[in-house]
Amino acid sequence: MSQTATMSGAPDAVTSSGPGPRGPKPKPFFTPKKIMIYTTLVFFSLYFLFPLYVMLVTSFKTMPEIRFGNIFAWPNQFNFDAWVRAWTSACTGLTCNGLSPGFWNSVKITIPSTIVSIFIAAVNGYALVNWRFKGSEIFFSILIFGSFIPYQVMLYPLVMITRELGIFGTLPGIIVIHTIFGMPILTLLFRNYFASLPQELFKAARVDGAGFWRIFFEIMLPMSLPIFVVALILQVTGIWNDFLFGVVFAGTQNLPMTVQLNNIVNSAQGTPEYNVNMAATVLTGLVPLIIYFVSGKLFVRGVAAGAVKG
Amino acid sequence: MADVATQPAQGTETSTRPGFIQRLFLHNITAKVAALPMIATVLVIFVGCTAWTIYYSFTSSRLLPRNDFVGFDQYVRLFGTNRWNISITNLLMYGSMSLVLTLTLGFLLAVLMDQKIRFESAFRTIMLYPFALSFIVTGLVWQWIMNPTLGLQGTMRNLGWTGFTFDWISNPRMVLFALLIAGLWQGVGFCMVLMLAGLRGVDEEIWKAAKVDGIPTWRTYISIVLPMMRGVLITSVVIIGSGIVRLYDLVVALTNGGPGISSEVPAKYVYDYMFGGGNIGQGLAASTMMLLSVMIIMIPWAYLEFGGKGRR
Repeated sequence: MSQTATMSGAPDAVTSSGPGPRGPKPKPFFTPKKIMIYTTLVFFSLYFLFPLYVMLVTSFKTMPEIRFGNIFAWPNQFNFDAWVRAWTSACTGLTCNGLSPGFWNSVKITIPSTIVSIFIAAVNGYALVNWRFKGSEIFFSILIFGSFIPYQVMLYPLVMITRELGIFGTLPGIIVIHTIFGMPILTLLFRNYFASLPQELFKAARVDGAGFWRIFFEIMLPMSLPIFVVALILQVTGIWNDFLFGVVFAGTQNLPMTVQLNNIVNSAQGTPEYNVNMAATVLTGLVPLIIYFVSGKLFVRGVAAGAVKG
Repeated sequence: MADVATQPAQGTETSTRPGFIQRLFLHNITAKVAALPMIATVLVIFVGCTAWTIYYSFTSSRLLPRNDFVGFDQYVRLFGTNRWNISITNLLMYGSMSLVLTLTLGFLLAVLMDQKIRFESAFRTIMLYPFALSFIVTGLVWQWIMNPTLGLQGTMRNLGWTGFTFDWISNPRMVLFALLIAGLWQGVGFCMVLMLAGLRGVDEEIWKAAKVDGIPTWRTYISIVLPMMRGVLITSVVIIGSGIVRLYDLVVALTNGGPGISSEVPAKYVYDYMFGGGNIGQGLAASTMMLLSVMIIMIPWAYLEFGGKGRR
């Protein structure tokens, strides 16, 4: 079903406006129905775009300009002070080093978590499709159902387990946590993908005497690039946007960007600097936004993957 | 080929065969070792931790978990706490409004997008981009927009509309609607994408048949297409519903439970009692109630999805 979502833009009307009349006589563009459709869509688009606009213009204003009290107004001149302050010197609780430490913490958390979680999920999916063993389907079902358990239910025991293992409040700790909670959706993704590959390929390799890992690394992995990209998008945005696990498991030295951003805005002392707040907010949203705009339809496929049942 | 476990459904492993125990552990040994992280996650985290939480919610644990059974004491205290009752009322109110509006708007927008319109991918990009942003970013942007003095309300008043009121964020009776506006902003695009995929999955022939029979378009959508999209609808309800129960980040960023405790939610109660209040038992009991509410959504779904399969 995710396939249909990615195909949705295919017969694009814009591209077919070439020279010369072709096809049936076009209907008049301004029918009342069309006007209603476009008005509604534009109205909703404004609702969706308004916060982005406000966020950007506010971040370029000076504080006196903001106190003037017009949230719509275009900035008098583009002022990057707020951006610099948000990045280098805004106060996140006790320290005043801006968002940059948070950014690097998020990078340090996101990259290994993404790699580890995707690798483990790919192996899971492969084992579930090609090397089924007694109970493998039961484990998979519990895994999928487990993804609906509220995180809060498992939070405290996980704190105890990670503390026992000595990884509570460290980078390895938060990586393990992201791997665990990314596992259901990613395993589902890879399982469905491997199941869609022709089984003859696997059988042929098996007859030739290749084992579990050899088939995985030499046949399955090279063929699964598209699904890797989808998983990558899903994980990078998901882990980057995480707040709860970061605040509980990362430890004070490794607090991710979302946590630091929330500290800048919500536990600030003195008069709030809305331009700095908004610059910091844009900065935090920038990574997922870039991924979203670059990946386009693959992102849609990634988010729709969650809705496709196995 | 008997060793190639590609078709276990045909029963390559039979429990009556001698050496069953060895086969259980040694057959496909590499695959089992490779799947150990998954097996461990399922057994230790999803089953083990959940069971631990449920068990210890019946103890008097405070600063540290304590293994003394006190029955339903924690739950009695939980439902005697004003903050918890406000939390669940809020979740019910917000949840039902959010679920209905997300589905309705998502479906409506998907239908509009399905009318062979121009700039479809531009509209989709605009509607879905909030979904890429975190709840923290969402909450903070809307907190700024809803700022009573300098946000939308102040702007409108400065522009001359002095009676304009949009103080939902600081008004205990309206604060849930503030959450709703931000939540819908983030989630409607996602629902639209799911619904659109569902609409595109409906057979073109249905539309032709409906046209031949002279059924009005809206009627076709309500009576024919919507029932055909049952799968997508149920999946959407489950995903959106379990997301609502988890609602936490958005509240922390937008209102932090305020004004007062008027926008508290269960997930925040759990966190605050577990890690802030040093009252683990309360946190565990509250999280068990969260689990229960997800089960109420999940069990009918599981029944429909898997229980009903044999009959179809």
